[in-house]
Amino acid sequence: METKKPNEASPPVKADPAAENETGPSRRELLVKGGKVAAGIGVAALLGNLGNWALSYAADKEPIKIGILHSLSGTMAISEVSLRDTVMMAVEEINAKGGVMGRMIKPVVVDPASNWDLFAEKAKQLLLQDKVAVTFGCWTSVSRKSVLPVFEKNNGLLFYPVQYEGEECSRNVFYTGAAPNQQAVPAVDYLMSKEGGGFTKFYLLGTDYVYPRTTNKILRAMLLAKKVPADRIMEEYTPFHHQDYQTICGKLKKFAAGGGAAVISTINGDSNVPFYKEFANQGLRAEDAPIMAFSVAEDELRGMDTSALVGHLAAWNYYQSVDTPQNKKFVADFKAYCKKNNLPDGEKRVTDDPIEAAYFGVYIWKQAVEKAASTEVDKVRKAVYGSKFLAPGGEIMMDAANHHTYRPVLIGEILADGQFKVVSRSPGLVKPEPWSEYTNPDKGCDWVGHQGTYQK
Amino acid sequence: MCLVEALLTIMMIYLGRTIAALGVAGLFLFSGPSWTSAADEPIAAPSTYSLDQALNQLTSQDESIRDAAVRVVIEQGDESLVPRLEEVRAAVPRSSRQAIKQLMDLLKNRTKLTSPNSDVRRSAAADLGSAGNTLAIPWLDAAASKEPNKWVRYAMEESAAMLKLASGDPSIQTAAVEKLGELYSQNGVPAMKQLIEASAGAEATESQKMVAQAAGAAIKRIDTWGAWSNAIETIFRGISLSSILLIMSLGLAIVFGLMGVINMAHGELMMVGAYATFVTQQCFTAWFPSDVFDWYFPVALPVAFLAAAATGLLLEATVIRFLYGRPLETLLATWGVSLVLMQAARVYFGDLTAVVAPGALRGGVQVLVGVYLPYNRIFIIALSIVCVLGIYFTLFKSNLGLRVRAVTQNRNMSACLGIPTRKVDSYTFAFGSGLAGIAGWALTMVGNVDPGLGQNYIVDAFMVVVTGGVGKLAGTIVASLGIGGLNKLIEPSFGAVYGKVFILVMVILFLQWRPSGLFAMKGRDAD
Repeated sequence: METKKPNEASPPVKADPAAENETGPSRRELLVKGGKVAAGIGVAALLGNLGNWALSYAADKEPIKIGILHSLSGTMAISEVSLRDTVMMAVEEINAKGGVMGRMIKPVVVDPASNWDLFAEKAKQLLLQDKVAVTFGCWTSVSRKSVLPVFEKNNGLLFYPVQYEGEECSRNVFYTGAAPNQQAVPAVDYLMSKEGGGFTKFYLLGTDYVYPRTTNKILRAMLLAKKVPADRIMEEYTPFHHQDYQTICGKLKKFAAGGGAAVISTINGDSNVPFYKEFANQGLRAEDAPIMAFSVAEDELRGMDTSALVGHLAAWNYYQSVDTPQNKKFVADFKAYCKKNNLPDGEKRVTDDPIEAAYFGVYIWKQAVEKAASTEVDKVRKAVYGSKFLAPGGEIMMDAANHHTYRPVLIGEILADGQFKVVSRSPGLVKPEPWSEYTNPDKGCDWVGHQGTYQK
Repeated sequence: MCLVEALLTIMMIYLGRTIAALGVAGLFLFSGPSWTSAADEPIAAPSTYSLDQALNQLTSQDESIRDAAVRVVIEQGDESLVPRLEEVRAAVPRSSRQAIKQLMDLLKNRTKLTSPNSDVRRSAAADLGSAGNTLAIPWLDAAASKEPNKWVRYAMEESAAMLKLASGDPSIQTAAVEKLGELYSQNGVPAMKQLIEASAGAEATESQKMVAQAAGAAIKRIDTWGAWSNAIETIFRGISLSSILLIMSLGLAIVFGLMGVINMAHGELMMVGAYATFVTQQCFTAWFPSDVFDWYFPVALPVAFLAAAATGLLLEATVIRFLYGRPLETLLATWGVSLVLMQAARVYFGDLTAVVAPGALRGGVQVLVGVYLPYNRIFIIALSIVCVLGIYFTLFKSNLGLRVRAVTQNRNMSACLGIPTRKVDSYTFAFGSGLAGIAGWALTMVGNVDPGLGQNYIVDAFMVVVTGGVGKLAGTIVASLGIGGLNKLIEPSFGAVYGKVFILVMVILFLQWRPSGLFAMKGRDAD
């Protein structure tokens, strides 16, 4: 990394004596030439040294190390590599503008290889060996749960950028993705509203792991609280990598007969394509039963044949299509960054919700460090509370106590080009609630007035 | 001073409203005097309105005026009105926007009923049925009487009957209920159940009870049919899953069954086939006109076969040939190869790898009421049959097959008789790999193309081959039918997760009982 280009600062050490050696008695011209070259190089070296000195003056201390803990190989690589790229881009932007408090940021990238045990191991390495000031990482809930004890024990700081199932309130994690009340609950609210189609029957379909199970538990409690009879709610799970959705689509068809039915999908990863394909092939349409997905974003749609998905819905807090000036710049910058660094697919890359969350997470941390004038975790944490940032999708705000993020909720309709048309937008930002009012009405999360999770 | 200002403001507002109304309507003044004229005009005879007047009154606060206007717009308007409605819609508050949206959908769907595309006609009929506006009944009846396509006509009749259920007239309702029963309409069941519930109330009239009785009979009829159609669909799903299991096990049946090589990279050979299909598709989009795009799929068949066969040949020549007869080392080595291939695919292709199904394999065919068979599944069933026949003829009717069988039965004796066993080994392995490539090609129609594709299927494939009995083609066929069928039989009642668990438990128990599988090798070479 250090021997990037032969710039003006490095050669003089070698070149200077070489030039003097050439001043042999053979020819006068050579002597003059040599002298000139030597002088030129000397001046250049001086300037270079000056530059170096100026730089080192600006960054009198060593650079701040940050950790990037995203899988770069294995099954989750497809999603997580984009987040690594995003964080690297944010770091590059910050460094280009002089770093944090005049200090450069030096990212330490590790690869936990989609292996949950390795996540904990790599987190330990980042905290104890590399002594990073902050870590940006994780995607799946199981990877977050696996690193949680490491961060809590060593008082580290993790920015987690993906929407999740809630029911967590860690002092060492800032959640920049959505809590359930910022994605799942408003999405179902929308489907039940007149504007959203006034649906009365709900088929909760997910992959069998913690995020879908918890989300559907919350949604079921919510639907029951809203007087949807229990026989109008179906809940079903499939194993990871499930490919055969024939039976489920058959059941769905029966469930949807007579209209008024919607599918709430928490299907994850590579099961989505077989599901949507089967859905369309069995003659079901988005008009009969729209699929509202919580795990399908632009980045996933890139790799899919979208013809079977058009007209279905998704709920997120940001889309690439959000029309703000800073988002246009962000999308263009991201594409340019991917192209410049020869990342796979270059300019065809897209941004989505977790990418945005990963991006502004870095800036929230930067602001906090500058406010606290320190990279110490305890000071930074206090400075994060209540801080605001103009993110690509609009201004967001960190909660004053519960470590989550105020974000807007957007319902989008999938278009043929893999982008979303926003069909509904929450008025203003939605306050994050890690403990859902439907499943845990008595619990709250507060690290200022209380010690984390408390009984209301 | 103050008074004058207030007066001015009122006048301004008045003027503003008038101008706005002028802007929207163009003709009809929406202010004071026009209210009286709207009231004076008899609502009972709305046909005297002009369309423009009606359009304007859509935004009225008075419900009866609005309803009359809606009726006029529907009677006189068509799809060409949609842009103008869009204009009106933009100018009104949200509550009336919803109503205008429905009106627009109604008009659009009415036009679509006469579309040349049968799918569009069918969608429109279904939408009109679920929109619940009884004005659509005559359109649907008229369209149904002219409709040539059986299933589109079915949708139209079903929608019309469902709308008729909402009419208050018991005789029409009874007729509609009977019609729905005749049609075995699942869609009509919820509405009919509501009718029955309504008749259970204390103040229900005699005629309501009659309708409810008819509805009860119709629901019974529909449920009986539903059970039948469900059974037929379950059988089809079982066969479909079996065909997928079969097609991915065939290659393994040869490589593992005949040659005894435990090839953990077999799944990745499928992946090679799938990526070959993807690459062929990309070539077609890049170099050929779009109207021949669908031909990429048949072209991809030999490409996938050859790509996987070549990979297999290479794998055999570089890794497996040194490990014949050492199953554990083969297992580990091929597993390593599979990891390498997976990561290579991930690095090289990234995740932009959608394979678009050719038009002919999208959607499905409805064979009976409620029985819908997707084309891609029918295609895979047919393909698996073709592959089985192909393998049968290659193994049992061709010269190469004779040699393969000879070598696998007794290598030394075959070598003595002058068969080049090394060559036969590599050809057999390449053939098995090529079959994996075909499986990958076919699987792009149901799933997605990603580096983990092989991992999703390899366990199932081994399960089928082992259950069927190693080295027996017939065993593989029967085992895939058994496992696929059983899975689909269990899944509806226990769910996909437990379905899978049950199958695994059953296979374990079965292998305890018959360790060598369904069709065990018999005779001296069965060691």
